[in-house]
Amino acid sequence: MTNPQIEIQLIGVVVAMACAIPGVFLVLRKMSLISDAISHSILPGIVIGFFITQDLNSPLLILLAALTGVITVVLVEVIQKTGLVKEDTAIGLVFPSLFSIGVILIAKNANDVHLDVDAVLLGELAFAPFDRLFISGMDMGPKSLWVMGIILIITILLLFLFFKELKVSTFDKGLSAALGFSPFVMHYGLMSVSSITVVGAFDAVGAILVVAFMIAPAATAYLLTANLKKMLLLSILFGAFSAISGYWLAHILDASISGSMTTVLGLLFFGVYLFAPNKGLLSVLYRQKQQRTEVSLITFLLHLNNHSEENERHINHLNEHINWQKVRSKTVVDLALKNNMISISNNIVSLTEKGKEFTNLALKYIMTNKDEKIEYMKDDFFLFRG
Amino acid sequence: MEQKFAIKVDDLTVAYDYKPVLWDIDLAVPEGVLMAIVGPNGAGKSTLIKAVLGIIKPIAGSISIYDKPYKEQRKLVAYVPQKGSVDWDFPTTAIDVVMMGTYGSLGWIKRPGQKEKKAALEALEKVGMLPFKNRQISQLSGGQQQRVFLARALVQNASIYFMDEPFQGVDASTEIAIINILKELRKAGKTLVVVHHDLQTVPEYFDWVTFLNVKKIAAGPVKEIFNDDNLTKTYGINYKVAINK
Repeated sequence: MTNPQIEIQLIGVVVAMACAIPGVFLVLRKMSLISDAISHSILPGIVIGFFITQDLNSPLLILLAALTGVITVVLVEVIQKTGLVKEDTAIGLVFPSLFSIGVILIAKNANDVHLDVDAVLLGELAFAPFDRLFISGMDMGPKSLWVMGIILIITILLLFLFFKELKVSTFDKGLSAALGFSPFVMHYGLMSVSSITVVGAFDAVGAILVVAFMIAPAATAYLLTANLKKMLLLSILFGAFSAISGYWLAHILDASISGSMTTVLGLLFFGVYLFAPNKGLLSVLYRQKQQRTEVSLITFLLHLNNHSEENERHINHLNEHINWQKVRSKTVVDLALKNNMISISNNIVSLTEKGKEFTNLALKYIMTNKDEKIEYMKDDFFLFRG
Repeated sequence: MEQKFAIKVDDLTVAYDYKPVLWDIDLAVPEGVLMAIVGPNGAGKSTLIKAVLGIIKPIAGSISIYDKPYKEQRKLVAYVPQKGSVDWDFPTTAIDVVMMGTYGSLGWIKRPGQKEKKAALEALEKVGMLPFKNRQISQLSGGQQQRVFLARALVQNASIYFMDEPFQGVDASTEIAIINILKELRKAGKTLVVVHHDLQTVPEYFDWVTFLNVKKIAAGPVKEIFNDDNLTKTYGINYKVAINK
């Protein structure tokens, strides 16, 4: 690996990590779209900042642009408070307006500004290593690595200091306010950090893709864990992983680096969506199938329980009588047999003692409708185990 | 004998977008009562609690907790919001939610430690939720979630408890468990303010009641003022049939 290659990956990883942290809270607060709004409406801030500083990595520019981000949030809330439109409409009104002001500003000054709309939208990570930081003639590395590095460190520091406040104000605004942790302060704190992160990151990955870096890792982690700390950690890991593997994907495909990173983020989410242990699609489908069988089994046992007459319990009769297809009947009978709940002699099915006990418990469960009961039952009767 | 007031509300008016939700409320809650706030939907019951707790800013009036503004008395007050006001899919466990009750006494930045964890476990035990302490909150039933919320208030170890519909969507056994805990708290000298919907159970559960419908209709001991007259004034329909014991 060459030096610039390492530097690009490093910048990618730092950007991804810095985005993932506020992203988790945006996702949990159902404010994902706000990151989209911020990332676009900082454009006029960046352009004006660039006129003043002539440097995309200047701290002044970052603060100016971040301010535009916070103004976006305020504007969205003001419009929403009129009660005339809903939040999504308010977002849709605010950010294109601000963004277009930025576009006009760039177009009007295209000749003397080294800033074009393509770079703003998509970023150009490949050029990041060329803009270097020199301190008294010494090469200190790419400027954007420094900028994002500092933003990342501040973000982590704030997260450590205010983790409990962020958690309670995200989970329960009312309690947070009653306890004296102003949800207003936490909200705007988070918005400020998000804005600064977006401004810092946009140079590298652009205004559109930075949204993916904020939302996708958090959304992926959300499917895997029920623990906020783990969710943060997983998001950071997913972000970093996507940055590195995205870089190499771009290398192989000879394509846009930020585009490839985002593609990996999307694939990662899709994979987890399919295979996550609890919330994943396959797991949900499997559970539904299991529940269907469970209900069928109980129906079958209840039928046996309700009928002592032999003709009602003849194996061929059962097929027609409960109105199931052969395959399903066989699955259910096999399951009942495997668990020693029924015995079959001369094609007449009868409940065993264990089967009777299970049926009675199941009846109780149905009558009281208590979810927890059936879980114990499954343990007791070895149902679906082994 | 002069009565000590836990909560005093004077001339309180609250408005959402200039539409008054509470109008000129005067209310004095004596120390040590178990009080129900009753009134129809949109009467401003939750709003009253939220205004007392500083969650909503009133446009007029003043509120005091033991003769001081709420801001100075936060540690004396515990709050149970409506169960529906939070996202139960939030990635956290029952014990973690209960621990949030300790955040107030910790203040900014400081983190909960062993002492707070112990208090949370005790509170979970009291509401019968200890076996579920590590369960993800979305995996709890409605009644269990309400018990967790109650435990979170217990852990605050307050003098005054505000509860917004703690019996909403819970099964009968949970309702009994909760009311027993509330009665125990009152015995220990705590003051409890509960937004309540089920008029039938008011005389059985509470000893103090406030009738609210944007304006205060009446407030006082259940035995004296919980009658058809006040119910009719509050709900605007004749309640003779409904509460005929």
